[in-house]
Amino acid sequence: MRRGRTWTFPNKPVIISSAAVGGPFEAQGPLSADFDILHEDFWLGQDSFEQAEKKLLEQACERTIDKAGMKKEDIQFFLAGDLMNQIVTSSFSARTLGSPYIGLFGACSTSMEGLALGALIVDAGQAEFVIAGTASHNAAANRQYRYPSEYGAQNPPSAQWTVTGAGTGLIAKEGKGPSVTSATIGRIVDMGISDPFNMGVAMAPAAVDTIEAHFRDLDVDTDHYDLVLTGDLGRVGHRICADLLHKHGLNIPQDRFGDCGLMIYREDQPVQAGASGPACSATVFYGHILKEMEKGNLNRVLMVATGALLSPITFQQKESIPCIAHAVSIERMR
Amino acid sequence: MIFLWAFVVGGLICVIGQLMFDVMKLTPAHTTSTLVVVGAILDGFGLYEPLIDFAGAGATVPITSFGNALVHGAMAEAEKNGLIGVVTGIFEVTSAGISAAIVFAFIASLLFRSKG
Repeated sequence: MRRGRTWTFPNKPVIISSAAVGGPFEAQGPLSADFDILHEDFWLGQDSFEQAEKKLLEQACERTIDKAGMKKEDIQFFLAGDLMNQIVTSSFSARTLGSPYIGLFGACSTSMEGLALGALIVDAGQAEFVIAGTASHNAAANRQYRYPSEYGAQNPPSAQWTVTGAGTGLIAKEGKGPSVTSATIGRIVDMGISDPFNMGVAMAPAAVDTIEAHFRDLDVDTDHYDLVLTGDLGRVGHRICADLLHKHGLNIPQDRFGDCGLMIYREDQPVQAGASGPACSATVFYGHILKEMEKGNLNRVLMVATGALLSPITFQQKESIPCIAHAVSIERMR
Repeated sequence: MIFLWAFVVGGLICVIGQLMFDVMKLTPAHTTSTLVVVGAILDGFGLYEPLIDFAGAGATVPITSFGNALVHGAMAEAEKNGLIGVVTGIFEVTSAGISAAIVFAFIASLLFRSKG
């Protein structure tokens, strides 16, 4: 069913299993207990950071399938994306997994793009078991988008730290776990910001656009959700997002409005404006948030994953940054 | 006294670089290249050598001195061999620095792995 640009899922697809994998920097953060696997080695024993990123996604898939007590042959579709050129992390992981595969590119919004599409496929009865997920690696992303870390370039205070990790979830027709009840698909919002060290600010208006559309389409109150969580706006972007929503008359209570980018690292970790990367919202959601829902601390959550859809080439050609946000609501059924 | 001027002049060049980076939002590569070009232009007008006499390492350590050295080498060779000297001389003074960078980077890449 569709209302505006929001899909509602009457058959209530269930996230029956999930996994979050992280690196050494994530292991020092406050959510470390919610990761399934934490690596001490930044290289994960691989020869390159790109290979390490692939390993992260493969491990998350493997653990997700294990936790559901299933085999990889049981997975009917695999939806994944990442930040590497030609989304190789996802495609190479799909090679390992062997399932039919749809590659996605939504930059840091991929986590919710995948979950929304996975829920749509399962809700429509086109599959019983779908895995959605994404991964990022700090050093691989630095090399892809900015400078290799060895280059030693300075990061301004508005820069964010790409999460090393992967998060995946298994969406099923039925089973035990929280349900995916609706998803609002974002549109591109570009406010003309071209500074790639200020992505949170660039993405904030996209998050506002999608959150507004979601509440308008479903006609629910701002306190409907126990938690509305943006993906990786960081300190600066999240504040702008809250201000803009307030200005537009959408007052989400402050204690129910957070950002994954501000949760994953401690205050004293040197991450400037907070965390970012596809794995930011993916590990926080598939690790921490789903565990909180299982414990009963959260019943209704709206995840709004934000993505900056630039490339190094468009930046060099002085283009502004087109941004997007996808929102997915997840509810614990009693 | 030269210690004081080295501190002031060297620091000032770095402040300009930091401002180009933070305020003008230039990339690290653009910032560095611009400073090299500025050093080259200053030497073209014969202004960089007096700055070195005045501030010592304050003028020779920052990257602007690399631009100065490029022009210096080219000019010196040009005086000896004419126009062809501009091409042969451009890396004459700087070749030690460039070669050292290549050699030491190569050794480091053999011995160490990036930590992140």
